[in-house]
Amino acid sequence: MPWPKETRYLGKATPRVDGPAKVTGRAKYTSDVSPAGMLYGAIFRSKWPAARIRSVNLDQAKTAPGIKAAIRVREGEFTVRYYGDEIAAIAGTSRQAVIDAMALIKVDAEPLPFVVNELDAIKPDAPRVVPDQPNLGEGQARTTGDVDAAFANSAAVIEGQYCTQVEMHHPMETHGHVVRWEGDEMTAWSSTQAVFGVRGALSEQLGVSQNKVRVICDHLGGAFGSKFGPGAEGVLCARLAREAGAPVRLMLTRFEEGLAVGNRPSSYQKIKLGADAEGKLTAFQLESFGTPGHTSGVTSAGGSGGAGFPAPYIYQPAATRVKQGSVAVNAGQSCAFRAPGHPTASVGMEGALDDLAAKLGMDPVAIRLKNDPSEIRRREYELGAEKFDWKGKFRKPGTSPGPVKIGVGCAGAAWMSGGKGTQAEAQINADGTVEMRVGTQDLGTGSRTVVQVVAAEMLGIERELITVRIGDTRLPPSGASGGSTTTASVSPAIFDVCENVVAELKKLGGAEDPRGTNWKEACRKIGTAPLVVRGQWREGLSTGGACGVQFAEVEVDTDTGFVKLRKILVVQDCGTVVNSLTCESQINGGVIMGIGYALYEQRVMDPRTGVMLNPNWETYKLPGVFDIPDIQILLLNMPERGVIGVGEPCTIPTASAIANAVANAIGVRISNLPLTPDKVLAALGKLPVKGTAAMPQPDLSGAFAQVAAAPARPYVETTGGCHA
Amino acid sequence: MKKLFFRDTPSATTASPSEASVGVSRRAFLKGLGTTAISTAAMGAGNVAKGLAQANAERVHGPGAVPVTFKVNGESRSLQIEPRTTLLEALRLQIGLTGPKEACDRAACGACTVLLGDRPVYACSMLAIEAQGAEITTIEGLSRSGELTRLQKAFVDKDGLQCGFCTPGMVMTLTALLRKNPHPTEAEVRHALAGNLCRCGSQPRIVAAALDASGAPATAKLKILHAHDHALA
Repeated sequence: MPWPKETRYLGKATPRVDGPAKVTGRAKYTSDVSPAGMLYGAIFRSKWPAARIRSVNLDQAKTAPGIKAAIRVREGEFTVRYYGDEIAAIAGTSRQAVIDAMALIKVDAEPLPFVVNELDAIKPDAPRVVPDQPNLGEGQARTTGDVDAAFANSAAVIEGQYCTQVEMHHPMETHGHVVRWEGDEMTAWSSTQAVFGVRGALSEQLGVSQNKVRVICDHLGGAFGSKFGPGAEGVLCARLAREAGAPVRLMLTRFEEGLAVGNRPSSYQKIKLGADAEGKLTAFQLESFGTPGHTSGVTSAGGSGGAGFPAPYIYQPAATRVKQGSVAVNAGQSCAFRAPGHPTASVGMEGALDDLAAKLGMDPVAIRLKNDPSEIRRREYELGAEKFDWKGKFRKPGTSPGPVKIGVGCAGAAWMSGGKGTQAEAQINADGTVEMRVGTQDLGTGSRTVVQVVAAEMLGIERELITVRIGDTRLPPSGASGGSTTTASVSPAIFDVCENVVAELKKLGGAEDPRGTNWKEACRKIGTAPLVVRGQWREGLSTGGACGVQFAEVEVDTDTGFVKLRKILVVQDCGTVVNSLTCESQINGGVIMGIGYALYEQRVMDPRTGVMLNPNWETYKLPGVFDIPDIQILLLNMPERGVIGVGEPCTIPTASAIANAVANAIGVRISNLPLTPDKVLAALGKLPVKGTAAMPQPDLSGAFAQVAAAPARPYVETTGGCHA
Repeated sequence: MKKLFFRDTPSATTASPSEASVGVSRRAFLKGLGTTAISTAAMGAGNVAKGLAQANAERVHGPGAVPVTFKVNGESRSLQIEPRTTLLEALRLQIGLTGPKEACDRAACGACTVLLGDRPVYACSMLAIEAQGAEITTIEGLSRSGELTRLQKAFVDKDGLQCGFCTPGMVMTLTALLRKNPHPTEAEVRHALAGNLCRCGSQPRIVAAALDASGAPATAKLKILHAHDHALA
């Protein structure tokens, strides 16, 4: 890779360039934008989990004080399929006016039967979420090798259930937009991770040509996969603004954020895994189902948020039989969520692997070294085990003495990362200052700073000379910030621009090398009209395939069922590290999100009313500052691999490592996340199972029989690069 | 627990003129009920209802806009606002101070935290009229000279933020802590942050920033290993 070996900025810890704006409140997010004359928009949502909407009467709402626009989501009759489905939208001069007018919207609806949890929905006689389709949709299946023979010849075989919950994205900034029309041209300030994607979707859905839509996202309060498109709220915001003839801001409330903007699908996994006497995997069998929401879909390829996931994840036993199903329920639809499918896959496969190691009397690290096909990950396990003092800490499952049991676990991850396609532009001024322009966006990962670091490194100048413009469709195009691709897509484009800048400056002034100490003098030749130079992503500077492993140490109080984390150790391959400071921050964030998945977070649906019970932050529990242990991060700088991208791989193995550590501590596998105290106590036989919220081993045999009998198409390999 | 929106006795600066003149406010009445269980029982339901009705009758505002005056970042502000308007809405939508963020709108996440005097409060869960006469500091008020405070600088240097949406609340909460306790322990920092959420997972670096700003020795432990540093078989 042509990245420089000796560096001033690249790979060092650089504070983010927009840090001062963010710590002073100057940074403007979508929810802070207020064009003159702006109205406040809001969405009127279904209070029925399923209903036929006969008519929506907006007459009274339209004439309420301060209301300037009221629109229906659809004309004519239609069906709503979940509590929170969009029905109408209004805009007015104040939030209070809008709240008052909401009460004046009259809906004639016929409530329909509904079903909100997977185990009920999968039953043949369950109410249908979509009338002409069974709730259990078409599955996907794959068989390789002679599975039955391979199990028969295995020295050890385990069978287990590993289930994961529906997890919510909950970015701090809710979904939303501000839209202003000027004639037939539209400007949208969007809280999005893909300004060009939103431009395309708004253009299409509002019937406006693409050159008349501008999308801006200066700062973005988090997304995690849920903000690729404008969403129903973006289209409604634009329609309200058009109807009212005034700009409209439509930001969702936290409550709506829980209902209607995506989630990670649940999974119920039945896994059978076999190995020979040395621990080499021989055979794998999986039956699984989960819910992606009101529309069943099994694929997770490309981050669609379907209920499928890669199996047997990063491992490659010769004989495998996989059957995955997907169940519709009357609830909000899933979408891409940080490493779609992978944390789910990891919880099942890594759990089964530990259970198999226990049966064989093997050390969990040893069985991974024997079976993990990635040389990088094997090195990471060895390095991590040493730093973690794995040998000193590991005990056989359930042998930790005393009422507070200590346990350790580990797990690995793979993610495609990589990225391409970015174009970028530099404007070089005669005073030596530089403006870098690229139409990417900053999820919070520090992409502005990445641009500045690469440009400063390649031009050999102080980074303070470089301003960075991103988040606007008037800038040279870049892709969506998803799939951990932004840094690997943007950095090579900036590298290319800088090479072109150097060539142009050489031509202009004849300097041997305009970089570094010659920079200012070379720039003086530019004159009044600045030098504008373009460049684009090219081969040879970035690559895909991130590998990482994590180790977790927990203590489980067997009297209270409370799980406390002691330590998480991360060993992560990052290829060429661009900014170690923001890279580490992303890894902290991935781990902490994984802690939430392991221990706290879960969408709770009420089967009687069909309502989501915890669309808020009081009862949907995010990890707080006391829940976060010492997180030790070791980055493997491998410049020969080029820039990779780390945002997703770092969240994949956390929950599975924690679940394995808990199983190691108490000697019992808890079958379903999150690992709450009630489940821990139930698994230890300290709670009566019936009549409590704890379901240590729900009887899934009927459900799995349904999955086995369901039609299936060939298994679609996910694009997640499981064998990097 | 911290920053319950009515967590302290209302100070003289927060009491409105009417509150001061009538002697018993609705809040004070309710507070009295909450803290004196025996006397509440002794009062009987009828007396409680009567007391509440009296307290309520003396404190009716609206529903139309009412005048409110308070100081924000040193400047006196007089607003006409509907009584149901929260302090956060008044700051963000009427005054145009968008530093404090709305993320949960119900006292769960702390992104809206501002200082009332030296106390951190959830601006989303306090009515603007309750801030009558108060001195309010928002994130915009911390570095009016343009110079970052030591804490703000530490946030930047230690990368105590990612998307930055929780940051104004985190900074205000820790500013209040450091004013009260300039040299907190790590446990005290965590305790202060217990009412603030961050979805990006920046908490380790936020704690590091607070300790750094207090002058505690650095604890950064980021290690980049080069491939040749861990040559393994």
